[in-house]
Amino acid sequence: MSESVKEIVRKAGLRLLRMHYESRVGHIGGNLSCLDLLVTLHHRVLAPDDRFVLSKGHAAGALYATLWTRGLLTDTDLGTFHQDDTKLAGHPPVDGIPGLLFATGSLGHGLGLATGLALAKRLRREPGRVFCLMSDGEWNEGSCWEALTFAAHQRLGGLTILVDLNGLQGFGTTSEVANLDSLADKLRGFHIDVQEIDGHDAAAIERALGAAAGASELPTAIIARTVKGHGVSFMEHRMEWHYLPLNAEQYEAAVAELSQR
Amino acid sequence: MRTILSTALTELCKQPDFVFLTGDLGFMALEPVREAAGARFINAGVAEQNMVTVAAGLARGGLRPWVYSIAPFLYARPFEQIRNDVCLHGLPVALVGNGGGYAYGVMGATHHALEDYGALTGLPHLTAYVPAFAEDVGAAVARIAAGNGPAYLRLGRDEKPKGFTLPPYAPWRRVLAGGGPTMLIVGPLAGGIIEALLAAPEASRPSVWVVTELPLANSAEALPAAFLEDLRRSGHLFVIEEHVAQGGVGQMLAYALCKRALAPARFTHRFAQGYPSARYGSQKFHRKESGLDPASILAALQGSAA
Repeated sequence: MSESVKEIVRKAGLRLLRMHYESRVGHIGGNLSCLDLLVTLHHRVLAPDDRFVLSKGHAAGALYATLWTRGLLTDTDLGTFHQDDTKLAGHPPVDGIPGLLFATGSLGHGLGLATGLALAKRLRREPGRVFCLMSDGEWNEGSCWEALTFAAHQRLGGLTILVDLNGLQGFGTTSEVANLDSLADKLRGFHIDVQEIDGHDAAAIERALGAAAGASELPTAIIARTVKGHGVSFMEHRMEWHYLPLNAEQYEAAVAELSQR
Repeated sequence: MRTILSTALTELCKQPDFVFLTGDLGFMALEPVREAAGARFINAGVAEQNMVTVAAGLARGGLRPWVYSIAPFLYARPFEQIRNDVCLHGLPVALVGNGGGYAYGVMGATHHALEDYGALTGLPHLTAYVPAFAEDVGAAVARIAAGNGPAYLRLGRDEKPKGFTLPPYAPWRRVLAGGGPTMLIVGPLAGGIIEALLAAPEASRPSVWVVTELPLANSAEALPAAFLEDLRRSGHLFVIEEHVAQGGVGQMLAYALCKRALAPARFTHRFAQGYPSARYGSQKFHRKESGLDPASILAALQGSAA
């Protein structure tokens, strides 16, 4: 039996902490919130013909750590994260990362890009699905709604939207800043298939992503309820971990907690 | 030029990787493309940001998208999408903007494209095509289709004088010989100026050049030898464009010449000045306000000869 998703998530999480600690960079909270989603997707779901777009580009570290668990990036690669002369920029680069098709980081681009890939597959009669991981704060961007309107209208059943619903954005909670509650209901208004799951339950993620496969002629959205800073109690639900790097003491405490999970 | 574009694209539809997106525009012009392209003709709705991003996704997925709208809605509204999604990745997306300069006339300032190629040619990999005459459009479409990177095509209205014969398409062309100043014109307003100059004696009228592909290369070696020879002889460069001065061809060319110590003794630049009187009118009205109409150009030439 292969390694459990939980075990891989733990390994990726510890490596992610080390990357952020050694490089002294923030954004750790929104990386930890989507790690279960990224690992499950990359280890249990993505097939060779499938494509993935990371719309929440600030979770680049979580993606790099996930690709490392699949042997697609090396330890040496990760050691250069956020340093001069690295290919692993703080947001995904234009090329050089296996499976990564687009530089992202400005929010509100990924869904349109994924929509274009899904439409290209349909027009070229190619197999495969397209997955797009988005943040919840990102839905403030009007371009997301343009893309959703288009994808639903074009009935792109090959498109699966994953939303990391961690409830915290740049300078407040999503409900304080520009309340979209409930996002699920708003997406249902586009007559697409919407599922709500626990975004830290690997089995639930795998079930939802599997069920979305060809089940519908319409795009599917999976709203994954998550915790920003998941797995490190002093980071959970806390705004500062959208930005702050870890000091040595915090790093050790975080490693100790994540190792226990 | 739209009809010629429609014909050229209808031909291009035969390519298996062709796909066309419109921002809900093209009524009475693009119906033949829609007929020919079938499922590969997509009305993306009034949502230009998404249209450009989807085009980038289509291009990354192996297709060659052509994206159409009124020029300012295509380069200004979705500028970040052009920058990040298309140009950073060097993807072969062709942006076709109708209504270069003041072409939409009294429709108003929101519909004018006065800083399009200046803004876009700062982006990586992108080539801007500015046909001066209807017969340039087919050549531009063919060159975009043969290329492998982002392109912007600025369309206008054909103003070529009746019976005037053009030399074959080239990014730089001398369209009228003359012994006077060296004139470089960008876009369809070349037609009216050529018409006004045809009657003038060849010895004193300008030698008129048209440039249709931008940015100008930054080295003088990339400028045609015959153009540099004209300029050396006349010592007077006269650039005319329906675009603001900032980022325009006048600036691009001045830079290229200065860099090679080839700056002429005299430099005249006529460019779009926006809305100096805060009144609106036809394309002709706005050109006149900016001193871009043939009569103003002739007056400037007479003034410079005196």
